Amino acid sequence: MSLFLIVALPFIGALLPGLMIQAGRQACAATTFFVTFAAFVGLLTHIPAVLDGGVVTAQAAWLPAIGLNANFFVDGLGLFFAGLILGIGLLIIAYARFYLSREDNMGEFYSYLLLFQGAMVGIVLCDNILMLLVFWELTSLSSFLLIGYWKHLPEGRQGARMALAVTGMGGLAMIGGMILLGQIAGSYDLTVILEHRDAIQASPYYLPALGLILLGCFTKSAQFPFHFWLPHAMAAPTPVSAYLHSATMVKAGIFLMARLWPVLSGTDAWFYTVTTAGLVTMVLGAVIALFKNDLKALLAFSTVSHLGLITMLLGIGTPYAAMAAVFHILNHATFKAALFMSAGIIDHEAHTRDIPRLGGLRKLMPVTFVIAAIASLSMAGIPFLNGFLSKEMMLEEASHTTFWGSAWLMPVLVTLGSLFSAAYSFRYISHVFLGPQRDDYPSQPHDPGFGMWAPSAVLVIPVVLIGVAPFLAEPLVRLVTQAVIGSAAEMPDAHLKIWHGLTPALFMSAIAVIGGFVLLQAFYRPLAAWWAKASRPEAKTIFDAFIAAAVAGARGLTERLHDGALTRYAAIFAVTVVALASHAWFTGTMTAPTAPFALPGPIQLVGWLVLVSACGFLVYHHRRRLIALVIMGVIGLIVSVGFSYLSAPDLALTQLSVEVVTIILLLLALNFLPNETPVESGLGRRVRDGVIAITAGLFTAMLTYSILIRDFPNGSISDFHLANSYKGGGGTNVVNVILVDFRGFDTFGEIIVLGIAALIIYAITEALLSGPVRARLAKRQPDAPVAGDAHPMMMVVVTRVMMPVVLMVGIYIFLRGHNEPGGGFIAGLVVAIAVVMQYMASGFAWADARQRYPYHTIIGAGVLVAGLTGIGAWFAGAPFLTSSFGYFRIPPMEEFELATAMGFDLGVFLAVVGAVMLSLESFSRLARRSDERASEHPMDIDPSREDDETAPAKEH
Amino acid sequence: MELLLASAIGVMTATGLYLVFRLRTFPVIIGTSLLSYAVNVFLFASGRLVVNRPPVLSDDAAGYTDPLPQALVLTAIVISFGMTAVVVIIALSAYLSSDDDHVDDVPEGLAAAKREGEPEVRT
Repeated sequence: MSLFLIVALPFIGALLPGLMIQAGRQACAATTFFVTFAAFVGLLTHIPAVLDGGVVTAQAAWLPAIGLNANFFVDGLGLFFAGLILGIGLLIIAYARFYLSREDNMGEFYSYLLLFQGAMVGIVLCDNILMLLVFWELTSLSSFLLIGYWKHLPEGRQGARMALAVTGMGGLAMIGGMILLGQIAGSYDLTVILEHRDAIQASPYYLPALGLILLGCFTKSAQFPFHFWLPHAMAAPTPVSAYLHSATMVKAGIFLMARLWPVLSGTDAWFYTVTTAGLVTMVLGAVIALFKNDLKALLAFSTVSHLGLITMLLGIGTPYAAMAAVFHILNHATFKAALFMSAGIIDHEAHTRDIPRLGGLRKLMPVTFVIAAIASLSMAGIPFLNGFLSKEMMLEEASHTTFWGSAWLMPVLVTLGSLFSAAYSFRYISHVFLGPQRDDYPSQPHDPGFGMWAPSAVLVIPVVLIGVAPFLAEPLVRLVTQAVIGSAAEMPDAHLKIWHGLTPALFMSAIAVIGGFVLLQAFYRPLAAWWAKASRPEAKTIFDAFIAAAVAGARGLTERLHDGALTRYAAIFAVTVVALASHAWFTGTMTAPTAPFALPGPIQLVGWLVLVSACGFLVYHHRRRLIALVIMGVIGLIVSVGFSYLSAPDLALTQLSVEVVTIILLLLALNFLPNETPVESGLGRRVRDGVIAITAGLFTAMLTYSILIRDFPNGSISDFHLANSYKGGGGTNVVNVILVDFRGFDTFGEIIVLGIAALIIYAITEALLSGPVRARLAKRQPDAPVAGDAHPMMMVVVTRVMMPVVLMVGIYIFLRGHNEPGGGFIAGLVVAIAVVMQYMASGFAWADARQRYPYHTIIGAGVLVAGLTGIGAWFAGAPFLTSSFGYFRIPPMEEFELATAMGFDLGVFLAVVGAVMLSLESFSRLARRSDERASEHPMDIDPSREDDETAPAKEH
Repeated sequence: MELLLASAIGVMTATGLYLVFRLRTFPVIIGTSLLSYAVNVFLFASGRLVVNRPPVLSDDAAGYTDPLPQALVLTAIVISFGMTAVVVIIALSAYLSSDDDHVDDVPEGLAAAKREGEPEVRT
């Protein structure tokens, strides 16, 4: 089976449980099982090739530009881990079927589980470290979902968050490390990196890369000082604990250390960091585990301890240690998963996993007892079980490793760790199963059904089998070890044996087992009492304090910058931009100006004076809103005159018509808003604002001036547009041709944006009118007395007369747009103004009643027409929005030009008309609500108005 | 000419920013409109200033100004109308619902947190 398929199967399969749960729990579990089984069988098909020493690969370039390839390969190590993941996965799926209760959403659980499985398989089979990072993060995310599966439990949520924070942080660090590694090796392909041991270890980036990658590995594999998340993750359902937190996910860090072992190991930095972390974790985990009363917590810390053991072995860096590490990974996965499952069974049957409330289960749960006892004894390192063999190899290796300059430091510490390890293993047996039977179990325990204990029984088989006949595992272990050490070292000439002779390791092992037994029997009670009283740093408290400090820091910063005051954002933004710009200004280099300084002419000077004094006037009078609006109109007018003067007739027309529409819009708004802005800010604040504003203005002026007096450094791309406007676009108005042809796609986007803006306005108006504001509006008293003739005759007549004229002008501007100043945008605005005039003259209700096409439809039609014109190009075999044109002659008219761009421009025209009208109409509808009376005639006189100057009094 | 235009842009920017820093919605809207003018003219000016050479092709033209900034600014003018309209309706709806046209409202969550003086309980 293709490696792609093996990796993809769990991901694809993750979709199924959610669907299959409809067909029942049995079908759901069976589907999940089958998916994993298929992937497992697919993996098994590669065994012959790998046994022959080959490497099976599947490659596909994904983003070759950044070295991201979807490459997968399977060698001994990958096969071993993928086999563990999928094989134990099968057992876990079967176990979870019976473990989950009817209240649990099984489909969700299996979906997460498969997601996790796919991510894990991806990590171990991936040949590209960038892809590996993706899978790595996926395991963090999916494990977050799994740990927090019981959403109603606060411990579950907290544990999930802690696991995500710690492993996610490590993952981020690892991204940095992996990128450094890839940069050193010149490739992100793992197989290539593995060949560059010398280059990598000689690189100055070796240490940062090593540190960052180890950070990722240590957090994932719960190494000291990041071990604390694992016990808290035990809030997860037991199948998750057994799968993620003993057999697979926590081994991802170990896997990566093993995978990168050939290139990273062997240096002092590697040896001391990894070995020390591993050793400390091993001893610390074992000591804590002994005193834990929660079965799963005991197992969690024991897992931490064993992960430390494996890490330490990888850190030592000799081939023999690597072999011991590989062997222990296998052994630990089998006995620890079995132990977790049995803990789950006890919890499931006795309804507690608190050790002091248990005991005497031996007779009640004989099957579980046998399974758990075998697995525990293996963990303790009793001969003829597999745990003994790998522990023996570890002790052997430790007995002749010099550590921090001392020959006895490591042997003593590992013996101590093993002693505690033996003690808690014995405790698991004696305090749970042995002792007198009790009559106060929360629920009367008995052995579970076959389906629930069978998976753990299956795991115990290799525990015994390998323990009795280690040579059975030897080919596998040697194969995997060979894959780990690669070409970095010679394969050790060692064999897996029960009896190595009277070696130091045997004595250490004996001390550990006997010492552990004595410790538990003779000293456990006083020690536990002391432990309970002793004050220890509580990792969760520290973690919570750390998170709280981070949150407080972030909150402090955010609230200072982002406290909801718009003026503050604006000021911060302006100051930041000015600061950055002045940095660029004072540090950058400028070419010499090319334009000579020219004195302005009198007309230009007048225009400038009007503009500047209008601005000054505006600042001075901005509290009187109507006046401010008028001045704004003046400024807009000057701008449009300026456009016209500076050879931009299209812009002048657009600016002029937009100005009209904007002023109408703001007038409508001002109808509801107060007419005056009260004085609120003090002098200090006003001076501060003024300083910021003037500084920003000064810089903008300086920037503009220094651009204007210099020519284009590299010429302008507009030469292309000028040259091709007529030839390619069939129009002489280059601005219009750019809009509808060269950059038609931009314009298409812009009319859509405009339409969306209008629809937003419509939607907000609708929301306002259907909410409490409606009543408010109905009761609203106008600020000023309403005019008696709201719709004066003179205005009505003028607008009616003008309407056809303006429409004609609009059409004219539209038609000539391709060759002369004009076009869809301007024509749309002009037509919109013609229509708005009718609203103004005769009132909203009157005009609205005569409006046949809703403006939404017009916007939609515009976008559609523009889009269809673009699509039309496809039928000519050209890309979207390619335009074409031709010249036609219909007697008696003169020859004229037709271009498809005109269709597009029609779309623009319609969209602009629709958008402008929909916005204005929405605003007018607000006004209409406050004045329910709909006039039936184009002009009318309000009889209710008293022509007395003194009445009515203003409400505000 | 260049100096006049540059200083005009500067004046419009300063005026616009000053108004944006005001505390009520209406001046802020006028301020953003002024900033739009300034930005549009700035973009337009990046094509350099040319008098009497509109980018309309003809046989007897001495030369043409840069059409590209004009095309960009043309759509920018129309879009800025759309933007202004959206901002106005938001300001209006806020005013109509609360009878208050201040722009410096502290968000409710933040206000609550400030009142209690401690972060909300996380679980």
